[in-house]
Amino acid sequence: MNPVSEPRLHVVKPAVGALDVARVRTEFPILHQQVRGKPLVYLDNAATTQKPRAVIEALDHYYRFDNANIHRGVHTLSVRATVAYERTRETIRDFINARSTKEVVFVRGATEAINLVAQTWGRANVKAGDEILISEMEHHSNIVPWQMLCEQVGAKLKVIPINDAGELLLEQLDSLLTERTKLVGVTHCSNALGTVNPVRKIIEKAHAAGAVVLVDGAQAVAHLPVDVQALDCDFYVFSGHKLYGPTGVGALYGKEALLDAMPPWHGGGEMIKYVTFEKTIYNDLPAKFEAGTPHIAGGIGLGAAIDYVRGIGLGAIAAHEHDLLSYATQRTAEIPEMRIIGTAREKSGILSFELGRIHPHDIGTILDHQGVAIRTGHHCAMPVMQRYCVPATARVSFAMYNTREEVDAFMNAVRKVIEVFR
Amino acid sequence: MDELRDLYQEVIFDHNRQPRNFHKLPAANRRADGFNPLCGDQLTVYMKVNDAGVIEEVSFEGRGCAISTASASIMTETLRGKTGQEAQRLFDGFHRLVTGDGGSNGSELGKLAVLGGVRDYPSRVKCATLAWHTVQAALRNESSRVTTE
Ligand SMILES: Cc1ncc(COP(=O)(O)O)c(C=O)c1O
Repeated sequence: MNPVSEPRLHVVKPAVGALDVARVRTEFPILHQQVRGKPLVYLDNAATTQKPRAVIEALDHYYRFDNANIHRGVHTLSVRATVAYERTRETIRDFINARSTKEVVFVRGATEAINLVAQTWGRANVKAGDEILISEMEHHSNIVPWQMLCEQVGAKLKVIPINDAGELLLEQLDSLLTERTKLVGVTHCSNALGTVNPVRKIIEKAHAAGAVVLVDGAQAVAHLPVDVQALDCDFYVFSGHKLYGPTGVGALYGKEALLDAMPPWHGGGEMIKYVTFEKTIYNDLPAKFEAGTPHIAGGIGLGAAIDYVRGIGLGAIAAHEHDLLSYATQRTAEIPEMRIIGTAREKSGILSFELGRIHPHDIGTILDHQGVAIRTGHHCAMPVMQRYCVPATARVSFAMYNTREEVDAFMNAVRKVIEVFR
Repeated sequence: MDELRDLYQEVIFDHNRQPRNFHKLPAANRRADGFNPLCGDQLTVYMKVNDAGVIEEVSFEGRGCAISTASASIMTETLRGKTGQEAQRLFDGFHRLVTGDGGSNGSELGKLAVLGGVRDYPSRVKCATLAWHTVQAALRNESSRVTTE
């Protein structure tokens, strides 16, 4: 670590009843390593989070002792694997407060979930001349599937704009919602700006206009409590790997009546009840949308991740990350060249910034040199970059295991960037 | 920080601050746009190539990181007076240098050798080669956009 030569501002007090970060850190083996001779400071959690021992051990245990295909064997291993995998479905149901496990479909991640809804619900319900409404701050995965659908059926894609702070211009929602609006797709929390959107209010307005709502929860589930019944959203999607779980597994929540009426997506094993060459009877929910052998180990690992997160408590996690965000935001004021992009009133632990005329890519390389991992680029949100007229930004994103000392290390590293470029 | 200085040599900062041949070229008879979707970097290369296939003038415009801007700037200085074939040979050598493939130490590359530090940063190779890929497209007289992906 570089010595801290400048005075530190410690105005923000740590949250009371804060989580025990030191203990949490011991649960994440990957954090205890050096990168380029410096202790790793991992601040790229919006891209993917690290995995606690509980998750790593769940994967290991499954492959060592329980590996078998699920839902089809009578033998002991298959039964064990099936029980463990299905237990995660119940864990997810409880985690997001869905009514029934029929409403929880396993997918590869948020991206696959959105494509599934666009190609099944969308193809069945969106017609030529209809409209899909998304927001200006969406991740490409909540833009492109709707563009593809619009092209296929001749519908129109409309966009809720944002203000300079990175907040949705909700006053425009009333005029953007028309009787032709079939679906509103909106992110719960922006990966590029950190904005937390008032999704409950958007859902209410969309429902009043007769539209269904898909909420992209990829950046939300690890940082704030989610209750799909209280939100009354029609679809909610998330990825396991941003929730301390494995890559390649995630969930689609859909209201049972909607999922029931939707045609299946992929055809194959598991999603059928009965097959002849003349006719196939599709399986019940949620199997209808789960063709083929899934990522069984991943599903089991995701269950362990959710158990771990709930053990720590989302309230404590949110308070801790909020403390880090306030502290970091405040410290950035020490560096005049640093401009934060995304200054919404409601934010999660994400800090996108510019550093004078220094390109984010150069920032990323020099930070990496000091062991500090951040993300640089367009964050799969090119329209957001266009909105702020920047080719890219540098982004810091926090997780439960980050500390104020790591924010200090980050700030020192940023000073180094300026020094190198002077 | 020594290793960092291998990447960010003074010459690179100099070209990043004051890129050479950084303008449009009214007399150009070749041009191509380059794009690196990973970081949003964009540049346009302009060339005037005579009937003998010699690059008489070459310039660029655009927006990118220090590595891609300096690489483009040094490239324009290097390519002037070269034939398309010579340009291709230089690019091959440059590519080996920045990827660390074939052990080139860049001695035959002149000024371009300052970008040799890129070989320790695989994620930055595309920054260093964007301008060169774009030149290749311009030499093939493809007016379409090339990307590094
Ligand atoms: C807001 C948002 N939506 C969707 C996604 C896509 O997630 P995945 O790549 O896991 O499918 C991401 C991932 O970066 C995201 O940040």
